[in-house]
Amino acid sequence: MIEVHDLHKYFGSLHVLKGIGLEVKKGEVLSIIGASGSGKSTLLYCINGLEPIQKGQVHVDGTDVHARGTDINKLRQKLGMVFQQWNSFPHLTALENVALAPRIVKGKSKAEARGIAERQLGHVGLSDKLDVFPNALSGGQQQRLAIARALAMEPQYMLFDEATSALDPELVGEVLDTMRLLAEEGMTMICVTHEMGFARDVSDRVAYFHEGHMEEIGPPEQIFGEARSEHTRKFLSKVR
Amino acid sequence: MFDYNFHWRPVLRTLPDLLEASLVTLQVAALAMIIGIVVAIGLALIRLHMRGPLRWIATAWVELARNTPALFQLFFFGFGLGAFGLHLSPYAIILMGLTFNCAGYLAENFRGGFQAIPETQIRAARSLGMNGWQAYSRVVIPQVLRIVYHPITNQMVWAVLISSLGMLVGFRELSGETQFFASRTYRVFEYFAVTAVIYYVIVKIILGASRLLAMRLFRY
Amino acid sequence: MEDTISFFSSLTINDIWFLGEAAARTLLISALSISIGTLLGAVFGWLLYEGKMVATLTLAPILDVFRSVPLIIQLVLFYNMAPIMGLNLDPFGSGVVILTIYTSALVANVARGGLEAVGQPMRRAARSLGMSYWQDLVHVVLPIGGRAVFPSWIGVALGVMKDSALVSVLGYIELLKASQILITRTQQPFLVLALAGAFYFALSYPISRYAMKLEQRWGQ
Repeated sequence: MIEVHDLHKYFGSLHVLKGIGLEVKKGEVLSIIGASGSGKSTLLYCINGLEPIQKGQVHVDGTDVHARGTDINKLRQKLGMVFQQWNSFPHLTALENVALAPRIVKGKSKAEARGIAERQLGHVGLSDKLDVFPNALSGGQQQRLAIARALAMEPQYMLFDEATSALDPELVGEVLDTMRLLAEEGMTMICVTHEMGFARDVSDRVAYFHEGHMEEIGPPEQIFGEARSEHTRKFLSKVR
Repeated sequence: MFDYNFHWRPVLRTLPDLLEASLVTLQVAALAMIIGIVVAIGLALIRLHMRGPLRWIATAWVELARNTPALFQLFFFGFGLGAFGLHLSPYAIILMGLTFNCAGYLAENFRGGFQAIPETQIRAARSLGMNGWQAYSRVVIPQVLRIVYHPITNQMVWAVLISSLGMLVGFRELSGETQFFASRTYRVFEYFAVTAVIYYVIVKIILGASRLLAMRLFRY
Repeated sequence: MEDTISFFSSLTINDIWFLGEAAARTLLISALSISIGTLLGAVFGWLLYEGKMVATLTLAPILDVFRSVPLIIQLVLFYNMAPIMGLNLDPFGSGVVILTIYTSALVANVARGGLEAVGQPMRRAARSLGMSYWQDLVHVVLPIGGRAVFPSWIGVALGVMKDSALVSVLGYIELLKASQILITRTQQPFLVLALAGAFYFALSYPISRYAMKLEQRWGQ
């Protein structure tokens, strides 16, 4: 379980997250929606420790993410992250991209890592691109590669930071399908997204962020049907 | 026009000595480059990530190396240190001068290389559970190498060419050796002509080897 | 040899004047070589760009030689070759000739890069407006390409200025040679080197920083 308690985050004097509190249980799919700059992506970075926090706590399976004694590298093996700009390693083939972390972080043998990589690349539908370099792949393929790379570490939770926002429209579908597949397989996911269809159809809960506050959180029927907050309804009316 | 008698025979007779001196040239240039690269990476990282006196020293090193003649830098290691009573051998003077020079120039190339790698690459590596050292050595450095490879090759050629200044401090690399023979036999033109050819060949070999290495290292 | 190093002693006004004259000679030989070399290099660069196969097979290798042989070797070789060819050149003359050719070889590459940087679409636009080949070259290619490679050209110019120190090997009393003479005479290595170094640095550093700023401003 991921627990966030009274989280405050500042960038300099800018108060980006204002007292966020939520829980994500195993197997749950949570979508986070909201305008740009409302702090959604920052929340994800606070969860896996890529950004420090000024107040509050984040616990992953009971471990405090930001405590001084925490082995953050070990913790990050439980949290897989997929970035908006995929950030594939350009100097490695697809297979090497996926096999690298299992090998050097988890200490798997070359053969084991290779096996894991082949399996995950098959999982996301890239079996025929094993020895291809990222610069020869489309944006959608690179993003699926990034998903496979994160999955290869066998995480318990997957964090998606606007995974489809940087893609050409015709490539969005393949990535969403992969994410849908993962959800069906029972992966715990937190997805910051602008894809309302995905949020509505795949999530167990949807959270709406507004100017650093978690304005409202509830099942899709509530958020998309009869949202309790004025802000939520205003945002959704503009988006649809 | 040419009423001058060319005497190539004495030169060809000493060719083995010249070629052996070429190896000395390559050795000192290569050593200066290896040490220079390590120092350059350090200087680049200091200039990128640190403040204070250490950064100031690194900047001074780089700017002095790049804005003064190589010969001047050799003079410093020769005369300058000599004032302290530290009299270095000609070999040491050339090695230190070359290393100082290479490190300064390469530091700029490495700095640009590091800056060109987006921070997101490190983020992605860290998010997979890699520690800082792993992220740097497995993800950042290989990409930086690609960027600085061409400048490093050029610097190696430069180092070989500058090593010829050994002639002025009494070091018996290729030029020094040539000068030694030429002054004894007065066949200055012939000796220096042959040496010019040898340098040309050495440079071509270095460039060719570099291109081959690049094809193996950088498959993308 | 002194036990202590004192910074302010036996350097007389005459000595300073001596250094000043030598510095002026450095500037003279540099300015001459750079200006003529640049013009020649621009022409060579244009030839390499437009001449395609023919130029690449003939001109390029020749210029390549001048970049693959140490300057010091080129200088001594030419100085000893000139009498054979019937040219009676003093150290200054030999130095200017070699430095000019050396500069032109470097500038040729820079110039070619500049021409290539302008790109077909731009030139097509100019020609479709009715400009002749030469009008296109002068009013479109030169301003745009020139701006693109100005920083690189500055780099070449500064490099030649520093390399001019090597003409001292022929006996031309430029700044470093004068420094060496002065050091041996006055045993004041630090002061003399500091003065000489300051000269080179004061010339090179501001100009290269200015070029860097221009490069950033022009958004290359």
